[in-house]
Amino acid sequence: MKKLISAAVALSLTGFVSMASARDYISVVGSSTVYPFATVVAEQFGKTTKFKTPKIESTGSGGGLKLFCAGVGVEHPDITNASRRIKSSEVERCAGNGINDIIEVKVGYDGIALANSKKAPQFKVTRKDIFLALAKQVPDPKDPMSGKLVANPYNTWKEVNKDLPDMAIEVLGPPPTSGTRDAFAELAMEGGCKKIDWIKAMKKKDKKAYKSLCHTVREDGKYIEAGENDNLIVQKLEANKGALGVFGYSFLDQNSDKVQGSLIDGVAPTFELIADGSYPVSRPLYFYVKKAHMGKIPGIIEYLAEFSSDKAWGEEGYLADKGLIPMPTEERKAFKSDIEAMKPLKL
Amino acid sequence: MNNQQQHQKTMERVQQGLDRRYRKERHFRWLGLGAIILGLLFVSFLFITIISNGYTAFQQTYVKLDVFYDPEMIAPIGETDPEVLSRANYGGLIKASMRQMFPEVTNRREKKVLYGLISTGASYELRNAVMSNPALIGSKAEVWVVADDDVDMLIKGHIDLRLPESDRRIKDNQLGWIHLLQEQDRIEKRFNTTFFTAGDSREPELSGIKGAIAGSFFTLLICLTIAFPVGVAAAVYLEEFAPKNRWTDLIEVNINNLAAVPSIVFGLLGLAVFINFFGLPRSVPLVGGLVLALMTLPTIIIASRAALKSVPPSIREAALGIGASPMQTITHHVLPLALPGMLTGTIIGMAQALGETAPLLMIGMVAFIVDVPGSVMDPSAVLPVQIYLWADSPERAFVERTSAAIMVLLAFLISMNLLAVWLRKKFERRW
Repeated sequence: MKKLISAAVALSLTGFVSMASARDYISVVGSSTVYPFATVVAEQFGKTTKFKTPKIESTGSGGGLKLFCAGVGVEHPDITNASRRIKSSEVERCAGNGINDIIEVKVGYDGIALANSKKAPQFKVTRKDIFLALAKQVPDPKDPMSGKLVANPYNTWKEVNKDLPDMAIEVLGPPPTSGTRDAFAELAMEGGCKKIDWIKAMKKKDKKAYKSLCHTVREDGKYIEAGENDNLIVQKLEANKGALGVFGYSFLDQNSDKVQGSLIDGVAPTFELIADGSYPVSRPLYFYVKKAHMGKIPGIIEYLAEFSSDKAWGEEGYLADKGLIPMPTEERKAFKSDIEAMKPLKL
Repeated sequence: MNNQQQHQKTMERVQQGLDRRYRKERHFRWLGLGAIILGLLFVSFLFITIISNGYTAFQQTYVKLDVFYDPEMIAPIGETDPEVLSRANYGGLIKASMRQMFPEVTNRREKKVLYGLISTGASYELRNAVMSNPALIGSKAEVWVVADDDVDMLIKGHIDLRLPESDRRIKDNQLGWIHLLQEQDRIEKRFNTTFFTAGDSREPELSGIKGAIAGSFFTLLICLTIAFPVGVAAAVYLEEFAPKNRWTDLIEVNINNLAAVPSIVFGLLGLAVFINFFGLPRSVPLVGGLVLALMTLPTIIIASRAALKSVPPSIREAALGIGASPMQTITHHVLPLALPGMLTGTIIGMAQALGETAPLLMIGMVAFIVDVPGSVMDPSAVLPVQIYLWADSPERAFVERTSAAIMVLLAFLISMNLLAVWLRKKFERRW
């Protein structure tokens, strides 16, 4: 017993001692959407350099930035991935904890697909249809120009737009905590919302009301929160021909034998069409680096070099093989030179 | 007469009701049997789906290549400097070998697709071979290398070839090449050793659970070294020394209560105390083990107290009667007799801890970690976390690996529970 106790004490002591010493691997946190790409780079980096493989936690964009902005020092992460841009409130939070220089790196683009089972006919919708089918409140269908709002009365896609099939509205998608959901609301729903003139005019007068109208998803069971696991949504779509699902392009790419992406505003979610910007629902992915940690934690500069090399994020790179939509050549060059110059972010 | 009539009437009544009572009893028995059958059905359904999904993961497709260890691409013959050898272009060797086999492929795009049949891990295999034996440079050899996960899925029959080409991960030209390789006996399924010797990877064919098993081992080690002595000491004090008053009642209620607290709460506590206050690093088994120790402590205390209670008072009285001190009574007689019960409780608590993910989420153990951890201070994942991460990965080949990892976890859980049963059977004393 005595030995056991002293062993436990010794163990906890070594814990406290080594905590004070430096960390010799890169610590990355953040978005679950960027996770599948960052991990590929990390693995490649660990195998081809003398540095240890970075540790990558999947915490979500918001959670990652919270950890990232907690302070400078080995106990705080060096890099955070985000599926949206950092907010000014988060920059202030960072600055409040002594993190003044943050380097922003755009990784590439991710298309968000609205997809259904291959066994059902392909959907062709506009962003306006998406807004009308999924928003909590919509313009009164009896008199859409009056500026009167009613709780979403539509039950089938045909009621939304007579060209669409006579199918009940049933959309499986991520919960509000997800970056994918934020981007879907902003790009697809707000994109459709703006098509209605009087709502567009509202943006100037009352931005808050405009945003809440355009971004709020109906809660009457037509939009089903299916959790953060995109594989689960694909499986459910396969079993339920009448449902549509919202998830990232890489899952569509991997499951092209089971599900098909809907045409949005006449454009299909394919690699080429997302890359050239014609597919309307695509968003940039980012990561943020703490400048104070560069040179302190071994390997950060080399990790950034690996990430920004053409064999990683280029058009033919291994990230494209995993489903990341690369940036145009000019944009890649600009970000690469920013990384090399360690140019801090200015909002 | 009257009396006899009365008696007959009663008998009749009883007879009438008897059938009904027997029927009721049968139904009651069927109900219990039905519950057991339903339970077994669910369990067998679970096992059948997991095993049928996962058994293929224990095999892996390999491709035979004729590799020429070209001195021009690696290093001059006789070079032994590991720095030079490790930096050489081994991917190029594989590409050259593929080009030689399919000389008709010249288009740049097609070539890229052709090279994609072989896993990116193959070049590390060649590198390791050369680094361990630099004399290979300049020689030719037949090497079996790992195939890409899409090829692996095709060979295992997970890709439906009836679908139109555009809907398949494997295109028609790749199929042609694969058929050609198969005709030359260059494709083979083998036991998947990588699965047990590698850490996590984003390439399904290179991923393994060794890292997760090592992480689980270190986490449970910490958990056991803390929870067992503390739990037993607490149980001994409460059962043998503590006065029975309102305070000990309160403590007892709290311990029972803690055993039912959702595990995520312990994760939050661990985050606040061990990481934010003591400044221990995130994602390490030390913190994971501490958190899980907090979680399993109530289970161990409750089981240990029950074991101590079951030791008959006559043993204590006899020991005290022949002049043993209370401490001697406990350490020489009561504790050895109660130990099997305590160990059983501890093992069941450990099995619970092995399957836990929620508290580890808060302390950063849900992470992508490639390197197999070597100590309690190295970042690591654990088995259930590995299952969660793979279930969330887009690549199709991770589906079978998820099920395979579940099978490994279940094997550990079953063997731990069997150990508990065996210990109880072997050492338990009944009075």
